[in-house]
Amino acid sequence: METKTIKHKSGFWFAVRSLISGLRLTWKHFWNAKNRRTPEYVTDKNYFNQPEGLVTLTYPYEAIPVPDNGRYRLHNEIDDCIVCDLCAKICPVNCITIESVKATEEIGLTSDGTKKRLYAPVFDIDMAKCCYCGLCTTVCPTDCLTMTPVYDFAEVDIKNMIYHFTDLSPEQAEEKKELLAKQQEEMAAAKAAALAARKQ
Amino acid sequence: MLAFVLTLVLLLSIVIVLAYAERKVAAFMQDRLGPTEAGPYGSLQSVLDVLKLLQKEDIVPAAADKNLFKLAPILIFAAVFAGFAVIPFTPDLVPAGIGIGVFYLLAIISLDVVGLLMAGWGSNNKYAMLGAMRSVAQIVSYEIPAGLAILSAVMICQSLDFQEISYQQGALMNRFPGLEFEMNWLFGIEALGINTTTIGGITTWNIFRAPILLISFIIYFIASLAESNRAPFDIPEAESELVAGFHVEYSGFRFAILFLAEYSMMVLVCLVAVILFLGSWNTPLPNIGPVSLAYWTTGTVGELSGILWGGFWLLSKTFVLLFLQLQIRWTYPRLRVDQLMHLCWKVLTPIALGVVLIAGIWRLLMI
Ligand code: SF4
Ligand code: SF4
Repeated sequence: METKTIKHKSGFWFAVRSLISGLRLTWKHFWNAKNRRTPEYVTDKNYFNQPEGLVTLTYPYEAIPVPDNGRYRLHNEIDDCIVCDLCAKICPVNCITIESVKATEEIGLTSDGTKKRLYAPVFDIDMAKCCYCGLCTTVCPTDCLTMTPVYDFAEVDIKNMIYHFTDLSPEQAEEKKELLAKQQEEMAAAKAAALAARKQ
Repeated sequence: MLAFVLTLVLLLSIVIVLAYAERKVAAFMQDRLGPTEAGPYGSLQSVLDVLKLLQKEDIVPAAADKNLFKLAPILIFAAVFAGFAVIPFTPDLVPAGIGIGVFYLLAIISLDVVGLLMAGWGSNNKYAMLGAMRSVAQIVSYEIPAGLAILSAVMICQSLDFQEISYQQGALMNRFPGLEFEMNWLFGIEALGINTTTIGGITTWNIFRAPILLISFIIYFIASLAESNRAPFDIPEAESELVAGFHVEYSGFRFAILFLAEYSMMVLVCLVAVILFLGSWNTPLPNIGPVSLAYWTTGTVGELSGILWGGFWLLSKTFVLLFLQLQIRWTYPRLRVDQLMHLCWKVLTPIALGVVLIAGIWRLLMI
């Protein structure tokens, strides 16, 4: 588009013309207000083809879909987690808290066939601290820690931003700890007995 | 008393509609949605806004001049509302039909300025004071071109009575006592020999009866934007520099009154423009031979049909002008103070003086 300097005194009719063209512009937008932008995904043909009409979406009721692989809220599929603690170690802001309890027997297999040997009585992710870097999801050996397309999860109380992913109730956790302690006691007793037997 | 209540209710409902329309129109012109939550399409938004304002605490700043501060909103609203007393809403409904309505209106509207100054001074706030001073300077200046434009219409009509001016601009002219033998000619020129007295419709509107009034209409419209502090003449309440101008310290009920007064002022200036230049409550459709569109769309004076048609035409014309005011607000940027004064004193006032002169000559052609 060619640009040219507009003189300060360009004459009466020039001013009138520019005033009218301004009115025409706002009228055009007012007239086009019967059209509305549709919440289309970015790959949709229509996405860039909506130059006219209202652009606002009434957000909680309509929203533009987000990509599947975006960095949004984390989710841990605890059944597949082997409680290896890698995610907690790599996290740059230390927002993952994991406590582990050794299982006394075989717990089972994850969906990719890895053996699970640890319970996680505590598996908390503090979403308020998380910087959504995604490092934890890349180190996870069983791919159980993933990012979901949910990005709107504001809370009134900041305590609710800590997500608990454990599948054990406190009682169950206590039980598992006792079992482990008992097993360790038995083993210690067995060891002591074995030691005593060797001395004789 | 009944007229008072009726006018107040009518005014309040128009203002509520206008406040809603303002937000929706603004939104649509900026490709937004505007209010959507309260009621269908957000239509209850302005009602709720008023309710919210009524619940709020009435804060009077400690350093304010209490009496002036408290009195100002009442004075401002009373001044604007009193203006509605002489507005004829239908052929036989006018709250107070006095013979010098135009003069009364100009006088009572000027009181508004005193209220603005009281509000600005009483607030003891530099933004409020600046806003009030700008407002007063602007309104006092623009009253001159507006007054001259009104004067030219009054000269053409030879009357200060709004109702008489209204009757002159339609097919019902000869029904008005004192106008029984008056004639309307096309463009007001008797020499053309086309009698439009019974044709009515748009041909007898003032802007057609004397086309020179088209210029005074434009002058009046521009000046009325300035008088009601509307963009592009909104330097008194320039949000971006003065926060809100003279009413920055007001809250709650008093703010609601000021807000109401501002929108009532918009409605009033548009009503006056319609009555003086755009044919008042008269229909725009002319009688063409046997097809007497003008009579069909006027109803019978004194009956319900006359009231409904009259009110309908008056209000629809007013809303067209109000829409134009809104559109102008969302189209043009604000004028600088010196540009504002330049436009008033060096452009509008000389042109208005010329128009008054020509209107006087035109009147000679009409008789
Ligand atoms: S996304 Fe980053 S910050 Fe958030 S929990 Fe994973 S590693 Fe930590
Ligand atoms: S890295 Fe994966 S498997 Fe290991 S503790 Fe974290 S979530 Fe569980």
